[in-house]
Amino acid sequence: MFSYYLQLGLRSLKRNPVLTALMVIGIGLGIAASMTTLTVLHLMGSDPIPWKSDKLHYVQLDNWDVNQPYYDDGRPPDQVTYRDAMALMTAGKADKQSAMYKLSLPVQPENPEIKPFRALGRVAYTDFFGMFEPPFRFGSPWGASEDASHARVIVLGKEINEKLFGGQDSVGKSVRLDGNDYRVVGVLDDWKLRFRYYDVTNGAFADPDEFFIPFTTAIDLKQRASGNNSCFSPSGDGWDAYLDSDCVWIQMWAQLDSAQRLDEYKSFLDNYVNEQKKLGRFQRPLNNRLLDVNGWMADQEVVSRDMEVQTGLAFAFLVVCLVNTVGLLLAKFTRKAGEIGLRRALGASRREVFSQYMIESGVVGLSGGVLGLLLTGLGLIAVRALYSEYKTVAHLDWTMTGLTIVLAIAAALLAGIYPTWRACRVQPAAQLKV
Amino acid sequence: MELRPILSALMRSKVSMILIGLQVALTLAIVCNALFIIGQRLDRMDRPSGVNESDTFTFSSSGFGEGFDARAVMKSDLEVMRQVPGVVSVATTNSVPMSDGGWGEGISLKPDQKTSTAGTAFYLVNDSAVQTFGLNLIGGRDFKPEEVQDVTFGDRPQPEVIIVTQALSEKMFPEGGALGKQVYLTGDKPSTVIGIVERMQQPWMSSDEVEYSTLAPVYMTYGNSSRYLVRTEPGRRDEVMKAVEQKLAEVNPSRIIGKLKSMQDFRADAYASDRAMTIILGTVIFALLAITALGIVGMASFWVAQRTRQIGTRRALGATKFDILRYFHTENFIITSLGLVLGAILAYAFSLWMMQTYQSPKLPWYYVPIGFLCLWALGQIAVLGPAVRASRVPPAIATRSV
Repeated sequence: MFSYYLQLGLRSLKRNPVLTALMVIGIGLGIAASMTTLTVLHLMGSDPIPWKSDKLHYVQLDNWDVNQPYYDDGRPPDQVTYRDAMALMTAGKADKQSAMYKLSLPVQPENPEIKPFRALGRVAYTDFFGMFEPPFRFGSPWGASEDASHARVIVLGKEINEKLFGGQDSVGKSVRLDGNDYRVVGVLDDWKLRFRYYDVTNGAFADPDEFFIPFTTAIDLKQRASGNNSCFSPSGDGWDAYLDSDCVWIQMWAQLDSAQRLDEYKSFLDNYVNEQKKLGRFQRPLNNRLLDVNGWMADQEVVSRDMEVQTGLAFAFLVVCLVNTVGLLLAKFTRKAGEIGLRRALGASRREVFSQYMIESGVVGLSGGVLGLLLTGLGLIAVRALYSEYKTVAHLDWTMTGLTIVLAIAAALLAGIYPTWRACRVQPAAQLKV
Repeated sequence: MELRPILSALMRSKVSMILIGLQVALTLAIVCNALFIIGQRLDRMDRPSGVNESDTFTFSSSGFGEGFDARAVMKSDLEVMRQVPGVVSVATTNSVPMSDGGWGEGISLKPDQKTSTAGTAFYLVNDSAVQTFGLNLIGGRDFKPEEVQDVTFGDRPQPEVIIVTQALSEKMFPEGGALGKQVYLTGDKPSTVIGIVERMQQPWMSSDEVEYSTLAPVYMTYGNSSRYLVRTEPGRRDEVMKAVEQKLAEVNPSRIIGKLKSMQDFRADAYASDRAMTIILGTVIFALLAITALGIVGMASFWVAQRTRQIGTRRALGATKFDILRYFHTENFIITSLGLVLGAILAYAFSLWMMQTYQSPKLPWYYVPIGFLCLWALGQIAVLGPAVRASRVPPAIATRSV
């Protein structure tokens, strides 16, 4: 019976091509608008590291000006000072921990045919790799001993390895950055980060890091961060004064594997700050924070407001398209009252009429879904063109593709319920009179 | 006016009426709010930066290796660039407006002030920057070459003289007379305001005080990096960009010349998300109006078909073609108006939600009345086709039985 009704539905849709096209386009547009915005919102807002996002915690301490909070609403600074980062690293109270900062260095290839270029990189501890789990293609991260010995070692990203060594295994080779030679210990594979969640202060959607060098080494070489740096009082002259200052420019992450470890770490931080207060620092009230990955993403509003507003409007648009479809289906089915009356008179039950017209609505939904999927693809191309930084989050995955079709059919069936119900109530006797 | 028959006909197809009305209501609510957002974005994008954008570009040059003398290279680079045909003026600066990267500093009226009077963008520039940026100096004077301080990277610049924007001078000295006054920036040494420029935006477009900027005559390399600003003769920018890049690479190969970027490109990037928002919302508005119009056409066509016999009867009883036209137009007007009343409530509710969730400003009152006019017009135009078809129904149809 299903295939027969399907045939009937298709034939009926062919009979009014204009009306059918109107309905399909309506559903297609509504679905496409909603799915395009929802896809971006979904990828932006979804957990970047779901298997351990609740264990990774972003450390914030409030060393800011006693007269003026860092954020107007009283939230602490989003980065920490060198002094505090050092103290936390030395204490080593977390299961894994890494201070880090962003920098940009000139790369001087040995091969004279490759022009020198600037590369964005990250300065971190060995635990960075254990915490954020970038995939390695060759070699491995440096170890704690390299951190301790301030070794000149480097982990290259896939692209820079491509550029410098043609994608070959470059472990053991040497790379010169800003006049200093570093030994390659590892090369990353394609790291599919949708956004750089470990440093949202310098832009979650900014360009990815191309290399990694040990924190201790970079400090030795007086390599300044090229990311955000904030001071509430002048830092004094020179490198040592800068390291000793209350300027914040370092991101600090701690991995805490259990709730108990988290509690212990919290009280460790409180103790640390209270000790510092005795030295005259940290004059603001105790205001430490240890947000996990998703908490920190929400705090920093990684999901853009524009995207939320667009998604809201797109769904309102979908509702309009649905209301439109209800009207058109109603018009269509009402017109067929005579036909329905005849079928009923010949013995078709209400149920049968109901399923016939619901199937017809479903066919409209399916067609609308296919069109919607196509338009969603176009919509995402448009989003990538309009927002160059959202390249990584404007892609259709299987979940969203399935959801698009399901949503379209569900929407059409929902739209079809009332018109179909009306169609079923047709009195055969009234329709058969001439 | 034959309102009664129209109303009683409408009451017989309540659902269709509600559907069209609902569609009109949602359309009004979305269109008003979307247009308001677009208007805000266009206003934002329209803000002048205060600098010459069409003929100016900037880039960084970073040297590497031991023995790279950034200061000497900078001096010779400026000379070399001045010789390139088409170059009007060159300068050094640490940042440019709309670039999203720069130095922010607190500015105070007293050395021991607890909280600073204002936050300002701190542009470290040389003596030719005011001219190269094309700033409009409305008071005082420009920097002199001998006033430019050399500051080692990592040390605090403590300029003796500064130029501020008009907006910043009015914030600090609401009574006026900022010229010659002493203010405090990075330390306890005072800086004297020697000039006021009409406008120069900060690098950060989301800043609340986007026109609070300070220029200081300081040359400070960032490591071995300098940033240059070049102003060209009108219309020759792209050609000069290539020439400058080539020339500098020739005179000193042991450095990296960063990407040359025009101020127009900075503007395009700075407002990319605003532009995207206007385009996306504009598309939604267009699609929404199209869908609603098509919905009205569809529903009206259906009604015309359903009422063919009644129309024929009316025509046979003496109604003119115009009467039939007017019937459908009036009917549409009634339905649209009912929808619009609901839509007005929805529009304000949506605006309220935006205000609460995103601290957006309130929807100005005139958007809704203008939306009324537009949707009335849309409805009347959409119903025109079906109504004309209805008016052409021959009276004879009333007498036919099938």
